[in-house]
Amino acid sequence: MTSEPIKIFSLSTCSHCKSTKKFLDECTIQYEFVDVDLLAGDERKAILEDVRKFNPKCSFPTIIIGEKVIVGFKENEIKEALGL
Amino acid sequence: MDANTLYENLKRIQQAKGYYFSQDRAHVMGLMEALLLNKERYGYMVCPCRLASGDREADKDIICPCVYREPDVREYGSCYCNLYVSRAWNEGTIPHEYVPERRPPEKMMF
Repeated sequence: MTSEPIKIFSLSTCSHCKSTKKFLDECTIQYEFVDVDLLAGDERKAILEDVRKFNPKCSFPTIIIGEKVIVGFKENEIKEALGL
Repeated sequence: MDANTLYENLKRIQQAKGYYFSQDRAHVMGLMEALLLNKERYGYMVCPCRLASGDREADKDIICPCVYREPDVREYGSCYCNLYVSRAWNEGTIPHEYVPERRPPEKMMF
C-alpha cells in the first residue's frame, strides 16, 4: 500500500467529497484535506490557484496521491493509485 | 423547513418533470441538508458539489436544479451530484458512470 502523501481539495457540502473521505477513513489511510468553501479572501484565492494547477476545471474533489491527480470519487482509480 | 419536507416538496414537482431522486436515500438526504445549509449561507440553494461565489447572478447556472442537469441526465442518467437521475439509472439498466463537471471553468468567478 502506498506511503505517498494524500491531499484532497474538497467542499464541506459535497457528497462526492464526503464519500472520498469516508472511503479513505474506512481503509484507515491518512490524508490531508482542505474544504475550500470554508475559506475566504486571499486564502481561498491562493488555494484555488493550487487546485487549478492540478485540475483546470477547478471541480471537487480533486485528489492528489503522490504524483497522481484524480478528479471525482472514482473508487477504482483511487484504489489503483493507493496500490490496494 | 427540514430535509424531509424539502425532499417531499421537490420530489412531487420534479418527478412530474421526469426527474427522479436517486434511490440512494442517505445520499439524497445528505444533499437535502446541504441545499438547506447553502440556502442559509448564501441565500439561495446553490449546488452542494460546486464552489459558490456568493454572488447570485454569477451562480445562477448552478442554483439547484442546475442548468447542467438536463444534458447530464440525458447523457449519463444522472446530474453531477447524483441527486436527480433517470428511471433507467434507478432501475440499474444503465451503468453508474462518473458524471464529469460540465460547467465551463471560466464561469467560476473568484
